[in-house]
Amino acid sequence: MTIDLILFLILAVVAIATALGMLLSRNAVYSALFLVLNFATVAVFYVLLGAPFIAMAQITVYAGAIMVLFLFVIMLLGAEKTPGNPKWSDYILPAGLALVLVLESIYLLISRGVPSGEIVQPEASVNSVDFLRQMGMALFNEYLLPFEVTSILLLVAMVGAIVLTKQEKGGRG
Amino acid sequence: MSWALFWEWLIKSLVLVFGLLGGFAYTTLYERKAIARLQVRVGPNRTGPWGLLQPIADAVKLIFKEELTPANVYKVVFFLAPLLTMVPSLIIAAVIPVGTSIELFGRTIPLYLSNLNVGVIYLMSIASIAVYGIVLAGWSSNNKYAMLGGLRSSAQMISYELTLGLGFVIAILLGNSMSLVDIVEKQRTMWFGVFQPVGFVLFFIATLAEVNRAPFDMPEAEQELTAGYHTEYSGMKFALFFMAEYQKMIVVSMIGATLFLGGYLGPFEDRFPILGPLYLIAKVVVLLFMMIWIRAAWPRIRYDRLMSFGWKVMVPLSLAIVFITATGILLADMYGSLWMWTIPVASTLAGLVAVVFVFRALRRKAYERA
Repeated sequence: MTIDLILFLILAVVAIATALGMLLSRNAVYSALFLVLNFATVAVFYVLLGAPFIAMAQITVYAGAIMVLFLFVIMLLGAEKTPGNPKWSDYILPAGLALVLVLESIYLLISRGVPSGEIVQPEASVNSVDFLRQMGMALFNEYLLPFEVTSILLLVAMVGAIVLTKQEKGGRG
Repeated sequence: MSWALFWEWLIKSLVLVFGLLGGFAYTTLYERKAIARLQVRVGPNRTGPWGLLQPIADAVKLIFKEELTPANVYKVVFFLAPLLTMVPSLIIAAVIPVGTSIELFGRTIPLYLSNLNVGVIYLMSIASIAVYGIVLAGWSSNNKYAMLGGLRSSAQMISYELTLGLGFVIAILLGNSMSLVDIVEKQRTMWFGVFQPVGFVLFFIATLAEVNRAPFDMPEAEQELTAGYHTEYSGMKFALFFMAEYQKMIVVSMIGATLFLGGYLGPFEDRFPILGPLYLIAKVVVLLFMMIWIRAAWPRIRYDRLMSFGWKVMVPLSLAIVFITATGILLADMYGSLWMWTIPVASTLAGLVAVVFVFRALRRKAYERA
């Protein structure tokens, strides 16, 4: 158990450090890279919790696809440098929102009872191939409607992006 | 975990890494020799017998080259980028099985590093982070040409990753598992490349784009971008990019052979498991030759054509192929395994339709220009 705890502590420090680095970097590219590191750390957490599929999906989707697009946009627009020094008043709203989140998670932790500090090992089925099958079944039977709604939401976003970038008639399409 | 297991893992990892590094060195020689033959030349033949020591001479040259760091680069990222390109191309091979298992010193040693039950998705995730090295190299060089090369490569890799992922899906569907060992074992009766020839061709084209090989080597188009993302790199740092490119070639050939060409399977492999790695190497060499042949035969495709080919031909066609594969498997489940053969027939038809459409679109474009 102790080795799990040591690993967890190291990863936690890395996760917090990368999150802070993301917030405090003055260069948007470095911010994006810190965020990628943070995603990778979270993926390692998932592996420790016995969910390799979620971990790999996290890396593929967030680190591999979304953040590459972020970087792409930052580099294409040349928006690396944040202009000027931010004022203290700029921090109030984000800090307030973060405080709400922290309070919420503390409440959630307490309402479930004091955690024992031990990582609860999931059932054996989570690690088997059957887990993927079960997850697919749950996704496409039980949660079909939310799944489809999510995909339509993404489709709408894509169509919106295409409409916004489409040139008027007469231009080369 | 016993010490024997630890040493077994360590030795297997070392063999894999050094195998890939040695493979890189001799792939460069193989490419130069093969291209020379295709162009009716002789190729490197001065260093050692048949030029076999040429890679070593190249390595010595690269080590002793002066290493320049331009003044205005983003230093940390500039140093990290070659490593970020190099490391994924090595670790992606960890889940590829090279054989079943051999008996050695009274132990049964499985010939793979790890049999992840999410092996295919591991390949996908490592392939998707491989783009960072190139993008960051382009950005940190602080050079317009390098940056354009990096941006081009990221756009191209993201576009062709969809087809690559759908190619993985075809193999998962046919193998009914995400573990690469299971997928290979499932091919004992028939290679997936036979069931799904169009899927294999699409996968192969997508891997060409993914490793930035001709005719998709836009990120390093010399006429337009000097040398693309590695313009500012010299010496060993350039060598790392060079290494990564050839290792990626080897690794994607390994993946293609594993998913569609039966991996380590071959005649008498079940009786002499030691033949497994040799069969895999043979298949990789054949696929590498295909890549080299394509580079020698075809000019580079224009960038907008590359993108529209990716999005308007490859992605819809591979979606159709996934659909056909799934339908064929369902039919085979319901009416007997002979229905599996609807998959190659239907997908070949779909492939032909796509070829006809591309051909007609190209002809229309030619008319418009004329």
